[in-house]
Amino acid sequence: MSTDTTTPRTGATGPDEPRESGPSISRRIIDAVGVQNLSLLFALAILVAVIGVNYPSFFSVANYQVIGKAVSVIGVLAVMQTMVIILSGLDISVGSAAGVGSVISAMVFTSTGSNAGLGILTALAVGVVLGLINGCIIVYGRVNPVVATLATLAAYKGVAQLLSDGRAQGYTGSNDLFVFIARGSIIGVPTLIWIFALVAAAAHVVLRYTDIGRNIYAIGGNDVAARLAGININRYIVGVYAVTGLVAALAGIMITARTGSGQPVSGSEGLELQAVTAAALGGCALQGGRGAIAGTVLAVILLGVLDNGITLFGVNPFWQNVARGSLLVIAVVIQQLRNGERRIGMPT
Amino acid sequence: MTEPDPVFSLRGVSKGFSGVQALKGIDLDVQAGEVLALMGENGAGKSTLLRIINGDHLPDTGEMRLDGEPLHHTSPAAAHAAGIRVVAQEPEIIPHVDVAENVYTGALPHRRHGFSRRKARAQAAADLDRLGFTGLVDPGRMGRKLSPAQRQLVEIMRGVLGNPRLIAFDEPTSSLSDPEVDVLFELIDRLRADGVAIIYVSHRMSEIFRIADRIAVLRDGNLVGSRPANETDEQELVRMMVGRDLDALFRDDDRARGEVVLTVDQVSTEDVTDISLEVRAGEIVAIAGLVGAGRSELVKAVVGETRIGSGRVLMHGKVLRLRSPQDGIRAGIGFAPEERKQEALIMGRSVRDNISLAGLDRLTKWHFVQRRRENELARGFVESLRIKTPGIEQQVRKLSGGNQQKVVLARWLARKPELLILDEPTRGVDVGAKAEIYALIQTLAAEGTAILIVSSELPEVIGLADRILVMRSGRISGELPAGASEEKILELAMSHVPLTELNDPVSLEAHA
Repeated sequence: MSTDTTTPRTGATGPDEPRESGPSISRRIIDAVGVQNLSLLFALAILVAVIGVNYPSFFSVANYQVIGKAVSVIGVLAVMQTMVIILSGLDISVGSAAGVGSVISAMVFTSTGSNAGLGILTALAVGVVLGLINGCIIVYGRVNPVVATLATLAAYKGVAQLLSDGRAQGYTGSNDLFVFIARGSIIGVPTLIWIFALVAAAAHVVLRYTDIGRNIYAIGGNDVAARLAGININRYIVGVYAVTGLVAALAGIMITARTGSGQPVSGSEGLELQAVTAAALGGCALQGGRGAIAGTVLAVILLGVLDNGITLFGVNPFWQNVARGSLLVIAVVIQQLRNGERRIGMPT
Repeated sequence: MTEPDPVFSLRGVSKGFSGVQALKGIDLDVQAGEVLALMGENGAGKSTLLRIINGDHLPDTGEMRLDGEPLHHTSPAAAHAAGIRVVAQEPEIIPHVDVAENVYTGALPHRRHGFSRRKARAQAAADLDRLGFTGLVDPGRMGRKLSPAQRQLVEIMRGVLGNPRLIAFDEPTSSLSDPEVDVLFELIDRLRADGVAIIYVSHRMSEIFRIADRIAVLRDGNLVGSRPANETDEQELVRMMVGRDLDALFRDDDRARGEVVLTVDQVSTEDVTDISLEVRAGEIVAIAGLVGAGRSELVKAVVGETRIGSGRVLMHGKVLRLRSPQDGIRAGIGFAPEERKQEALIMGRSVRDNISLAGLDRLTKWHFVQRRRENELARGFVESLRIKTPGIEQQVRKLSGGNQQKVVLARWLARKPELLILDEPTRGVDVGAKAEIYALIQTLAAEGTAILIVSSELPEVIGLADRILVMRSGRISGELPAGASEEKILELAMSHVPLTELNDPVSLEAHA
């Protein structure tokens, strides 16, 4: 239509022109890194300073490797948890699924006459099935994700215990592949850390640079709008849960490698809490639609350093759970307050 | 100035938000006993101005004076203490306390120690009576049980009590019925007689000419001007608000009609019965009808969002298998739903992400989004649709309603559907953006897109459509040609003729 608007005040700046000068450089850096990540880096710096002043041995490659190996299992789970949360779901069954993965990898390894590859592949395949079950219960059974995965948290743990009769299974400590996963390194970096780094990088690329990631954010942000824009949201939900199951099984394999045997429960219990904590600390909105892998990775490192500090200071390790629980609550409270959520009734 | 000293004045007030200048050097005076109406399109800066008056926002530059004294209030509480009240359009009502407590929050009546509910209610009853609200609100009623109109009256009470010097009403009548509006206007007349300065924000011309002494118009953050109410008229105000005459709001083009794109063949769902219609390439078909007639339900069925019980939907003569909107969209249908915030926009994501959402698959290579092409696409639409945003990275939640709607339209333009279904495309959109959206729809049709519009605005239906289908109680009750009168449409929309006689769409002549 008419572009010749008879504007009486032509001198005024058009509203869609940017204001005179762009944001300052410091502002741009803050925007690029993100307030959330900066606060995490800040917290990490303080923590490192406190520990380092008291225990100079903290600053050693050996100690970094200890921390890195310790966080790698939580790390892969936290990365996938991030994706699930962005989709506005939650998966608290990952610890149990990791237990199943651990037991299966060791048992298949033993029963096939030390075929590590087959053990690992079978565990991964079972992990996908466990994830698919979660996704299908949620989408087709219309069960709230927390309730659905709370149920499978119990059920998968039972499966792992039934398969293993509640005992550690097999001995993988003499197999080259498992030993390589547990203690090997590539160009000086332990294999476990490589696995974490690769999973994190892959998730980051998917979320940031592909249409799959965009659609995950869209579904988490507004599922009705995503569906009306032609996105097959069921497929995404089931798919993300399936990949989460796969990665949970991968975490189980890492546990098997580290402990030298299939662990139904002992290596994996409570991992879901740490994974969710890391994701929330890393800036994922639990309502979905917001979050990124970088924040989660930082939060995982922060949690790892915190655990390391607790050990170094000789604090009763039971405090670890208190610290994790508190951190989860604090992270979510801060998030909700920043959202401006009104303090009335049940939270959304 | 020869006039007496104003009660309230603004000088050079400016305010910007993340790159968009919401107010640009506003100078405004309100005299004692004057009702100043404030008009402007959505996004013109009215709300920002009220927020500054209220102490919600601090102006970037400029000053405010009340009775000649400079104001430095930094919070709504300080503004309140200074004698300034802003009566909100959507009041905050505490749900689980009664009307009396809602009104006197912060200054509850006491009896020795502690709050006296009896006293509060008696006081509320007295105040209601004084304001002429008796019978409209029961002082003992709980906040959550109040109707929208009653909530508004409670908010008005809050604003009027105490000894305010300035009261700003923000669209106070949007939830009130006529008798309540009369009561409010009587109240405003009394306030005027008491020498209170009043700012009255509204879109409703008839009200403004009824109550205002002077009318000021904002556009794009500028005060375009102010006129005494008896020296201006609607046309002038619209021109001031929009910056041009609205004669050319609708342009009637003789477009070439192409082949049939959409065929709906005897479709029934839970909400609609036996619907048949066609839309041709280059044709604009509007569906009119009352709220609840089944219009939105029909188009949602066509796009695959709701299940079709019986009947067929065809695109280019090919029967569609509609299991989800994905099927409809793949067949070449675009659908901008009625509730853009709930159903169309990802509020926390950027303008760019929202624009590219439905056509993302065309911007990818091996699933990787080609960022450069995507940015170009988004920038192109921001420019061509004149979406007011500091950039394509801006979160959609921060845009005004009209600009949000343009983002939704851009999403579907980017996808280039053969059939575009628009459900209430201009709801909550200001006059200027409306004109642009109409032009856009006509351009699309001229380019050969088949367009199906659901609208409750009859001038829109009449001005835009080549054919008008009227729905009533889930059925098509008739079809009218372009330019049919509002009366004819309403007659079909509300007719009491039993539906069984209307099973076949009646022609205009048969019904008239």
